Amino acid sequence: MALKLWASSTANALKISCSGAKTSPFLPFSISRCFSSVLDGLKYSSSHEWVKHEGSVATIGITDHAQGHLGEVVFVELPESGSSVSKGGGFGAVESVKATSDVNSPVSGEVVEVNTKLTETPGLINSSPYEDGWMIKVRPSSPTELDSLMGPKEYTKFCEEEDAHH
Amino acid sequence: MILHRVRDGLPLMNLVSLRAVPILQQLHLEERLLRSSSDNWCIINDGTNRPNIVMGISGRPSELIDLKSVLRDRVPVIRRFSGGGTVIVDDGTIFVTFICNKDAIPGLQPYPHPLMSWTGQLYKDVLHGFGDFHLQENDYAIGSRKFGGNAQSITKNRWVHHTSFLWDYDIKNMEYLKIPSRAPKYRSARPHVEFLCRMTEYVPSRSTFIERTIASLGNHFSVKPIHQDRVIDPSNTLHSSSKLLTRQELEEAYSSLCEKLHIAAISV
Repeated sequence: MALKLWASSTANALKISCSGAKTSPFLPFSISRCFSSVLDGLKYSSSHEWVKHEGSVATIGITDHAQGHLGEVVFVELPESGSSVSKGGGFGAVESVKATSDVNSPVSGEVVEVNTKLTETPGLINSSPYEDGWMIKVRPSSPTELDSLMGPKEYTKFCEEEDAHH
Repeated sequence: MILHRVRDGLPLMNLVSLRAVPILQQLHLEERLLRSSSDNWCIINDGTNRPNIVMGISGRPSELIDLKSVLRDRVPVIRRFSGGGTVIVDDGTIFVTFICNKDAIPGLQPYPHPLMSWTGQLYKDVLHGFGDFHLQENDYAIGSRKFGGNAQSITKNRWVHHTSFLWDYDIKNMEYLKIPSRAPKYRSARPHVEFLCRMTEYVPSRSTFIERTIASLGNHFSVKPIHQDRVIDPSNTLHSSSKLLTRQELEEAYSSLCEKLHIAAISV
């Protein structure tokens, strides 16, 4: 099982380095021992979504770890602007290969913008999970919810432990 | 923390055995159990009552089905809640569905490829001695011919993996389906008749396959039969996103397609 995990992680790393989950040169990133990129300055949920809080808006997407495990994203289902999301609740789904996977919001609030580019180019989630592949922007109703999310180091360790147990 | 039920050291799995239940009703049941139960379930539906086309969540009728003949022959078209491709199902189809908590199977990550791999191994055991079973990309195949199509839906804490097995099929029905633009490499652009095979040519009987599937499940779960009356509730469509497309939707898709192709839409 350990060998399979190592091979899987290595395959993921190769796939990521080939397709290039792009990160801006201005965004600091941590080199993760789980071979997926984890960015500083973001917060992370245990269901592998990231959130970037700037002013009154929180931008949300799925992590590099998640997109690597899901495979090629072929369809994205997003909510409408103006709808409400709840912390831990589903707001949409991504389809990859044969699977739909729910995407959950790390925070509660009102959706103020959705990434309409994902309709025509769902693969942005694979190639640029932290930038062009963002999914929704939310006006948080309880900004303190962010405090219970993981920071980059904690999330990196979380991914390693999750992969090590399987 | 959620405590899951265990018997004899194995997690419990409820088994619901159905016969010829309409596929839309089966899909509604599955989605309800996925989203509102915390138990593990196996649903086996031996055939469905009439031919239905079933597309995945993002399926576009104009790309996947021959709209003119589907409208002419009034074949029902369903969009299901899981991902994946398009199938036409009928009484020659055997459906097997697993609905599980994400930690039900030790060491199994709730992502598409691990789930596909685990189920592939389960069916390899089921079909041992009956044919050269392979998990070909994401299909179950004997040699290079597909006999089972798979789809999944994964939530935060649970997952569904469901399969439609081609026990037998009518080649005329396959003609309602276009060859999809997104197809596995091993298909090599083969038409349906060269790409598919029938389980009835390899396995002695439907009951052999079903009984061996249940036995194989017993290696991983403590299987408990549940009578369908305890779960089937046709009036309960809570949590159901699988839906039957209306004739109007299909007609609009057909008209748009004809416009795009600059051909006249023939009234069907």
